[in-house]
Amino acid sequence: MQDLTTLTLTAAKAGLAAKDFTAVELTQAHLGAMARHRDLNAFVTETADKAMAMAQASDRRLAKGEGGLLEGLPIAIKDLFCTEGVLTTAGSHILDGFVPPYESTVSRKLWEAGAVCLGKTNLDEFAMGSSNMTSYHKGVRNPWTRKGENAALVPGGSSGGSAAAVAARLCLGATGTDTGGSIRQPAAFTGTVGIKPTYGRCSRLGIVAFASSLDQAGPMARTVEDCALMLEAMAGFDPLDATSADLPVPAWSKGLSGDVQGLRIGIPKEYRMEGMDGRIEALWQEGADWLRARGAETVEVSLPHTKYALPVYYIIAPAEASSNLARYDGMRFGLRVEGRNLRETYEKTRAAGFGDEVKRRILIGTYVLSAGYYDAYYLKAQKVRRLIKEDFDRAFGQVDAILAPATPTAAFRGGEKMDDPVAMYLNDVFTVPVNLAGLPALSVPAGLSGDGLPLGLQVIGKAWDEATVLNVGRAIENAAGFGLLPYGLGEAA
Amino acid sequence: MSLDKATVARIAALARIAVPESQQEALSGELSTIMGWIEQLNEVDTDNVEPLRAVMPIERHWRADEVTDGGAAEAITANAPKAHGAYFVVPKVVE
Repeated sequence: MQDLTTLTLTAAKAGLAAKDFTAVELTQAHLGAMARHRDLNAFVTETADKAMAMAQASDRRLAKGEGGLLEGLPIAIKDLFCTEGVLTTAGSHILDGFVPPYESTVSRKLWEAGAVCLGKTNLDEFAMGSSNMTSYHKGVRNPWTRKGENAALVPGGSSGGSAAAVAARLCLGATGTDTGGSIRQPAAFTGTVGIKPTYGRCSRLGIVAFASSLDQAGPMARTVEDCALMLEAMAGFDPLDATSADLPVPAWSKGLSGDVQGLRIGIPKEYRMEGMDGRIEALWQEGADWLRARGAETVEVSLPHTKYALPVYYIIAPAEASSNLARYDGMRFGLRVEGRNLRETYEKTRAAGFGDEVKRRILIGTYVLSAGYYDAYYLKAQKVRRLIKEDFDRAFGQVDAILAPATPTAAFRGGEKMDDPVAMYLNDVFTVPVNLAGLPALSVPAGLSGDGLPLGLQVIGKAWDEATVLNVGRAIENAAGFGLLPYGLGEAA
Repeated sequence: MSLDKATVARIAALARIAVPESQQEALSGELSTIMGWIEQLNEVDTDNVEPLRAVMPIERHWRADEVTDGGAAEAITANAPKAHGAYFVVPKVVE
């Protein structure tokens, strides 16, 4: 029988419907792959027993001609989503032993659609990072290596475990979350597809909060169509999230023609940056050529406040994080380190429980919100955030979608950039503005770097217009014909 | 903007994170670098710009003011480092 882990989510769905194999066989194949590739450290928790029970239940439903949108399809969940009865760590020591008594809305919807839970994937601590190196559960290895080399590279972050698991064929798809690029950057680094939908599309209930005005969940998979299918199951109104939008969820996977005839595609001139990898710039140009060859028109647009997006982000995200992470005080869940009194218990617990990057961001957030500095930093950042959003509003008066690179470089080594926070932050230069404006954006693999690593292109859309984003992504996917397996995969097997 | 050791100690106390004096110097350098980089926002003229608070304004629904959840004290205390039945056990607060 064919190796079931090489199927796309969509092909596996068709195979189950045609009774070519069972959900149990499909799940066993993926559990086997997970066991063979533990060296990647993609999972914090594997849930093999749960997966088998869910797969058996799916097979019973499929036998009766029943079943949801993702019936019997094995997926992985970023360990930032609360899963009832299953350890949820957020990649942090401070959540040691935390077993949520409830299910996040997004994962609940996936299980209701019939998906099978393989486990919880590794991530940067509290989703703060672009390398997966800040995880308390250690870094994740990218299944890709530079051509002819064996040195381990990072999978990006923060959804690094999800990206590595999808790229290495350990699961058919995985959930991610994206606060400043945490779906799109790791997707680009691993040759996979990831979409951050419009802010408010997916419920944030039960997702461990990082920066609430920016956090948004989305799917990661190996094709645009697979992402569209998964997003259909994840999205939708949730009365328990006050920022969740009460809008119908389109059947995105059905509307994917890849037809871009007559579409106007914006090319933002400010994204052409000093020191950008020449191969990325060439690929961006090639992407525009592909879309023109398929009948789209490309138009130069201006997003003049682009260079201020990162500094705005590094005020707003830490400020919101310092508030959200105030709940980790050692009283109600997770780690407690006893001190001589209550205050010392708080201080010791938080000192022992948080890693360096999380502490840095909490301290920055506390500083910018502290008495006398609020107006100078947080309020100023919210004002510049409006200017950034207005840049996009103006551009979308002229165009239907925007094409940009996903990242300024390909995947790097674990030790690189670690001692310079600002250099690490620059990884997200092309992704952060989109979160600040709340817009949907997708990263799709489009080619290889000079040393043979995947590179992604990013498609940014109007608010609530995931349909166009996915369709333009599909057109690029068709033109690029990426479909490559990581070189590292054979060696790790 | 430079954050000196005293400022680092003050914000660490506000954030309830114990930062030993031996680490304050290094943190002061790192945080000053980040804050210095953020200073470039001063170049942007934001007079008469309203701060952006809700990025995707949406219409909220009214609902009946009734209890829809609750009675889960045991589940809530299940993860506590120390619990006594449906109560959290915490260090003594009032001396």
